Amino acid sequence: MAKYSAQIAGKSKKAAAGFTRPLLLTPSEDMLGFLSGHLGRAALFLITATSVVAVFLIFYFVIRESAPFFFNKSFPAAMARIKEFFTDSGWYPAATEPRYGGLALIVGSLYVTLGSLILAVPLGLFAAIFLSDIAPFNLRQICKPVIEILAAIPSVAYGFFAVMVFAPWLQKSLGFSTGTNALNASVILAIMALPTIISVSEDAMSAIGRETREASYALGATRAETMVKVVIPAAHSGILAAVILGMMRAMGETMVVWMASGNAGRIPSPWWDLSQSIRTMTATIAGDMGETPKNSEHYYALFTVGLTLLLFTFSLNLVSEYLLGKVMKTSRGGK
Amino acid sequence: MKTVKNHFGVFAAVVLAVMMFVSIATAEEKSAVGLDGSTTVGPIGDAFAEVFMKSHNCSITVKKTGSGDGVAALIDGRCDIAMSSRFLKPEEFKKAVEKGIYPVAHTVAMDGVCIIVHPSNPVKELTGQQVCDIYMGKITNWKDLGGPDMPIVAISRDTSSGTYEVFHEKVLKKQNMAAGVEYVNANPQAYARVKTTPGAIGYVGLGFLDDNVKSLKIDGIMPTKQTIADGTYLVSRPLFLFTNGYPKLGSVIHAFCIFYLTEEGQSIIEAKGFVPMTNY
Repeated sequence: MAKYSAQIAGKSKKAAAGFTRPLLLTPSEDMLGFLSGHLGRAALFLITATSVVAVFLIFYFVIRESAPFFFNKSFPAAMARIKEFFTDSGWYPAATEPRYGGLALIVGSLYVTLGSLILAVPLGLFAAIFLSDIAPFNLRQICKPVIEILAAIPSVAYGFFAVMVFAPWLQKSLGFSTGTNALNASVILAIMALPTIISVSEDAMSAIGRETREASYALGATRAETMVKVVIPAAHSGILAAVILGMMRAMGETMVVWMASGNAGRIPSPWWDLSQSIRTMTATIAGDMGETPKNSEHYYALFTVGLTLLLFTFSLNLVSEYLLGKVMKTSRGGK
Repeated sequence: MKTVKNHFGVFAAVVLAVMMFVSIATAEEKSAVGLDGSTTVGPIGDAFAEVFMKSHNCSITVKKTGSGDGVAALIDGRCDIAMSSRFLKPEEFKKAVEKGIYPVAHTVAMDGVCIIVHPSNPVKELTGQQVCDIYMGKITNWKDLGGPDMPIVAISRDTSSGTYEVFHEKVLKKQNMAAGVEYVNANPQAYARVKTTPGAIGYVGLGFLDDNVKSLKIDGIMPTKQTIADGTYLVSRPLFLFTNGYPKLGSVIHAFCIFYLTEEGQSIIEAKGFVPMTNY
């Protein structure tokens, strides 16, 4: 037996130079291989599981910390709390008779999010069309990475720009009484959302194959008609996903809105007046958390704000996952 | 086979957890003086620490997280000295005693919260009541105060800052600010906003005053070192270091807490824009 295995080992040595491992393993070697295989597997599984578990733990923790805000007293009291949070716009947690009205904060978040989308979506779409269908290949190879650098600039740098440069400019040239307002935050957030919107929708448009475009040209369509009537409709799910990803970026952003929006906790009146200061959910959490004693009513209220925010972004994320899944299908040829 | 796999998963998890705990435990064992707390007292803490690390050959870390966080850190035993721009709240003191911590205050300096406006604003003087009305939204235009016809942009520090608390207590008498008041999260930012906004009114520590903003007389008293130190200026306050019990005599912490009495300490405090406690 030993002779035989030595023979095989010798043969394989000749066949492939440097291959010295015997084909037959001793029981201990066999056990070692078994152990290291499974141990490695377990370690990799643990590492992967950490991030999955982290998501669940975040949900669990936020819900656990926000629940006492509603459910510490009787059921009617809880209902009154929920009603106050979603319909009252007075956020005075430190007052002697505290009020926890979250409406102005929710509206503030929606304001800057929608404001930034109104600015960023058309710009992003046009840029994506240009990059996918019009720009020469070399230009595209330069432009895309440069645009993606926009996403790498730290948000505090944007915030600094918003306060020191953009706010005084708004006051001087547009005559606003205050430069840190909803418009300022929307513009800066739009710049921050642009790289996401451009690069994801450009990918979606590029995924629409050359055949589709050529078929359109063959039917006599012009380049503009092809883009507007063929490419964009075909890539619509990817474009929507891009918009939603940009929206999540804008909604979850904290530092920029904390610096640029002015943080005045009220709903602008008249409602379209973007030159007024507003306050978002993220800025409220960032601003209040430092001084809030743990396990106080205010602390639970802030977690409730966080939970509301989490639910917003979570549902947006689900929608974008669904839409991106559709893009993958399209690019694989199925529809 | 399945169970064997699961056992290894559990085993590896336990090993990882043990390793993490060991590393955390060893990291915390390092002996050094830790300061935590107010961003207002922070510059004093930084400058004192710099001198001390040279003269006493020790390591001092200064974290600036806000008065409330600093006190919480002292109560939890996460720092040796808490810097605070306000005195302890009763509930904080109660929590500290419950945890076996006995906070002792060391008053290191006086700080004045100055009401500032844009230099182009002709208004020179306001009463405490007028400032209060501005921040409560009762006065919204400078023309009601003898200034030009220009809407007032009231700028406040965030509610978690010690500066806000002093202003809120001394000027607003703990009443709610109007919803239209803007919040910024640091003294330099409040300064920058007032500097660039003609209709703005804000408040910052004495150390942040310069020619780019105009500080107002309140109730006829200009914020100066003299009026802040003797407490005649409305919005003045002492700055504190808190330790757990009176520090052991001769220890680095003790030397640190009495450093403000020395000539060097006083000149540092003055250089940082605060008012020394000692009358020299």
